[in-house]
Amino acid sequence: MTDIAPAAAATAAIESKDLSIYYGSFQAVRDVNLDIQPNRITAIIGPSGCGKSTVLRAFNRMNELIPNVNTTGEVLFRGQNIYKSDVDPVEVRRHIGMVFQKPNPFPKSVYENVAWGARINGFKGNMDELVHNSLTAAALWDEVKDKLDQSGLSLSGGQQQRLCIARAIAVRPDIILMDEPCSALDPIATLRIEELMRDLATEYTIIIVTHNMQQAARVSDRTAFFSLSDDGKRAGMLMEYGDTKTMFTRPEKKITEDYITGRFG
Amino acid sequence: MAPTRTSDHVSLKRKPRLRELVIQSLLFVCGLLSIFVTAGIIYELGKESLLFFGRTQWQLTNKPIVADIAPADTRIEVGPIGTPLREGDTLRLDQEVLHLIAIEDSIYVVERGVQDTAPASHAAGAVLHKGVDPSLAEFFTGTTWAPHAGQFGVLPLLNATLMVSGIAILVALPLGLATAIYLSEYASPRARNTLKPILEILAGVPTVVYGYFALTFMTPLLRTIFGQNVVQIYNTASAGIVIGILILPLVSTISEDALNAVPRSLREAAYGLGATRLETAVRIVLPAAFSGIAAAAILAISRAVGETMVVALAAGAGPAFTFNPFQAAETMTGHIVRISGGDLSYDSLDYNSIFAIGLMLFVMTLALNIFSQYIVRRFREVYE
Amino acid sequence: MSASNLQQRHRTGRVWLVVFQVALLTGIVALTALLFNILNGSFGYVAIEDTIAPQDLAVNGVPLEEQDKDTLIQVLQAHISAGLFARYEFDKPFAERSAGEVYDLILERVVEPKFVAQWSLYETLTNRDAIRQTAAQDFPNARLEFRSWLNSHFLRAPQSSYPEIAGVRTAVLGSLWTIGIAVLFAFPVGVAAAVYLQEYAPDNLINRIIQTNITNLAGVPSIIYGILGLAIFVRALGHFTSGVAFGASDPTTSNGRTILSAGLTLGMLVLPLIIINAQEAIKAVPSSLRQASFGLGATRWETVWHHVLPNAISGIMTGTILAISRAIGETAPLVVIGASTFIQVDPEGPFSNFTTLPIQIYQWTARPQSVFRNLAGGASLVLLGLLLTLNATAIILRNRYRRSL
Repeated sequence: MTDIAPAAAATAAIESKDLSIYYGSFQAVRDVNLDIQPNRITAIIGPSGCGKSTVLRAFNRMNELIPNVNTTGEVLFRGQNIYKSDVDPVEVRRHIGMVFQKPNPFPKSVYENVAWGARINGFKGNMDELVHNSLTAAALWDEVKDKLDQSGLSLSGGQQQRLCIARAIAVRPDIILMDEPCSALDPIATLRIEELMRDLATEYTIIIVTHNMQQAARVSDRTAFFSLSDDGKRAGMLMEYGDTKTMFTRPEKKITEDYITGRFG
Repeated sequence: MAPTRTSDHVSLKRKPRLRELVIQSLLFVCGLLSIFVTAGIIYELGKESLLFFGRTQWQLTNKPIVADIAPADTRIEVGPIGTPLREGDTLRLDQEVLHLIAIEDSIYVVERGVQDTAPASHAAGAVLHKGVDPSLAEFFTGTTWAPHAGQFGVLPLLNATLMVSGIAILVALPLGLATAIYLSEYASPRARNTLKPILEILAGVPTVVYGYFALTFMTPLLRTIFGQNVVQIYNTASAGIVIGILILPLVSTISEDALNAVPRSLREAAYGLGATRLETAVRIVLPAAFSGIAAAAILAISRAVGETMVVALAAGAGPAFTFNPFQAAETMTGHIVRISGGDLSYDSLDYNSIFAIGLMLFVMTLALNIFSQYIVRRFREVYE
Repeated sequence: MSASNLQQRHRTGRVWLVVFQVALLTGIVALTALLFNILNGSFGYVAIEDTIAPQDLAVNGVPLEEQDKDTLIQVLQAHISAGLFARYEFDKPFAERSAGEVYDLILERVVEPKFVAQWSLYETLTNRDAIRQTAAQDFPNARLEFRSWLNSHFLRAPQSSYPEIAGVRTAVLGSLWTIGIAVLFAFPVGVAAAVYLQEYAPDNLINRIIQTNITNLAGVPSIIYGILGLAIFVRALGHFTSGVAFGASDPTTSNGRTILSAGLTLGMLVLPLIIINAQEAIKAVPSSLRQASFGLGATRWETVWHHVLPNAISGIMTGTILAISRAIGETAPLVVIGASTFIQVDPEGPFSNFTTLPIQIYQWTARPQSVFRNLAGGASLVLLGLLLTLNATAIILRNRYRRSL
């Protein structure tokens, strides 16, 4: 991976070094070196099964919730390797939040959905204000201000996903990981989430996994392209990483160009 | 929300989370408790069973001593009546235990005061007791169970248990299987949703009520059909049939699950070849679900072996070695209940004997359950 | 394949369909017979001989059943010896007794009804005239009465060796006490174990052993639990289960055959069932909820307590109630640990001796006199009623929780 610029390392929001992830004995992701720039949206794209989500989940140690997953290498967050043995994954996730593929609000009220994460993280301030601010930041306040006590599940799919984003930012993370956040939504709801992401990028570092190249091109500042190794072992590898504009106009590698132009994938 | 947070120092270090630790430990202990229960079962059953097999039981020989004997005498004269004894037998006179070394006609040469007892004087006419130790061989081969008379053959109890279970499975397997085939292959979803809960009521009725049913309904019915002289009031047939009804829902539910687990494609393939519904059900689906059904049958047998109240009420009190299902015969579980129903004193022969029988029951049912799980596991492998 | 062959095959198919339907029907017929048999024993004609007929005890034309308490006391006093009356007064002052209790005393001591013959419900309905004739011939002094063996007196009265006045009150209370203790023990422990196995336990040897062990414990015959309870709770821990260790009972007369021992034994019995049911309920909670919670930086326990358990609780409750239904009908283990068969006083606490409803049914059924079978039938109805109530509660509970989600 010598072709990836190492210069940004000092200012990276989060950075992986020789990150490999195994499911049992199967190497799903091989030697990923990726430095994510702060306050930017980084898109991870690639054909299905290439380990995009696995890499994303490695950034806040969510893979540990799946049995038999092993991670080697380092992920540096604020100069600390989050995989060091004395690091608490709970602490990591308080700083690196996550939005999932399918909207998964808690079966609690809209208000509780937003307030819960902050409360367990010891938030002592004005909760009403935090809920208001978070919902506003997630561009949801106007739609739900009259039904804060209704179940989060009563909202539409797009609203539910924005509720999940509001829930994530209420904890005030540095980084928000988004795992194909629009894959279960209709185009209009997708558009709203994309607009929201652009707004949030001023305050947060966002990493988004998407299978939709147009989406990556529309919203991201930088793009990382993953593909399967060509040695027959089907391990996911980082193929190319750079500015989104550059990547979508002048990809360096043939395989990237093939994927972007839709010749495979 | 300040965008400058990135520069704050953040520690990701693991902090001691005492509460989490305490809770997790507590939960673990609760999980572990089930192991203690099993360990308790095995330990107690094993310990008391060992006591049962290590306990000398004194059998009255009716053989008296003829003359008074002093503590130092080693030659004692005995009368001609009573059970004959053999050299090497352990004897007891009053509180004293003696060891019979040799027999010279009516003279017994004995070692006095063995087994930590003190030699004492005994008056003429005192009657000898013979010590009997229950042996494993006798336990498994003897055909009489009368521990107080020194006979420890568990076969009559085991035989009754097997007969009751056999009758039960003869009733439950065909009925349960046919019901399962009907519900799974023929019945409309609506019919299934009404019929299944009705059958499951059978599983919810307490077993003691089944016992009442056996004694007040099934037995009179059998006696009407086969004749009052043929069928005794207490008999294994009645208990077996009623236990069969009791385990019917178990067989039908598990069998139906097994039948439902057979992939649709298999049925469609059979229909596609021009098979009728019956041919599909019996020749294709049934064999494919065979291991699931076998597991259900074994589980049902295990349940029948351990079933207690029906046999306690309807099968009869008193061990009897008979193969006639219309005669009374006590099963292992029935015996345990009857013996422990009275005021059972600890460390008595009866007390220890229920542990020995209980251990055997435990081993039997455990083996059946494990066997059925083994079959289910294999069954799963076939479909994955 | 010719057409006639196909016809033959269809015929076989129809025959077997009938066989399958008959099998299903047999199961339903068995259930019907079971229920009918209980009803058959619980109602029917009884020939009763009274020492003094109740109608002779009417005061100023007011029949016995409608008299107030004071009148009842007067009736009682008029018919029993002064000494006996004084003893009753000493046992429990009449001022404290209810009218019902005094009425029961009059029945027991003055009317002294004796059941001389009884008929099943079926006989009563189909053979009314013959019964009347027989009764008039064989028991000229008896009155023939249609009796429901399940009646308010039966529910109110303690056990008795006289079938005329016996009831199930002590047995029902004993059942409720033992079940209460069983649940108090098995519910928290069972749910905790289920949470551990589903949410915490890594896939290693010890946890696999625990899981296998629980599956196998669920298949152990209940009587084995009775033997274990006898050895551990009654005998080894008798000092505690008898209440002697807590100064709650008299060391010279008490033993370990108490409600506490019985409750713990039943608790052990239902523990694997509760664990397995709770595991299923916890498994059904979507993993996306856990992920969302962890993603917010929640700890494992916060996730379990705030999200997993609230969403699994209805399933856990349903499973627990099913387990309780199993426990409430259990007889064999309690016989083995030595439930007292003859208890006339209400259980006062965990250290009381006790009897339970199923044991009562067992005892009555096992007695040779047929009149006790009728009592057993009535008691079976009470037991089934109790089970029905429990299961209905489970359904209501489940629906309520579902709605609140």
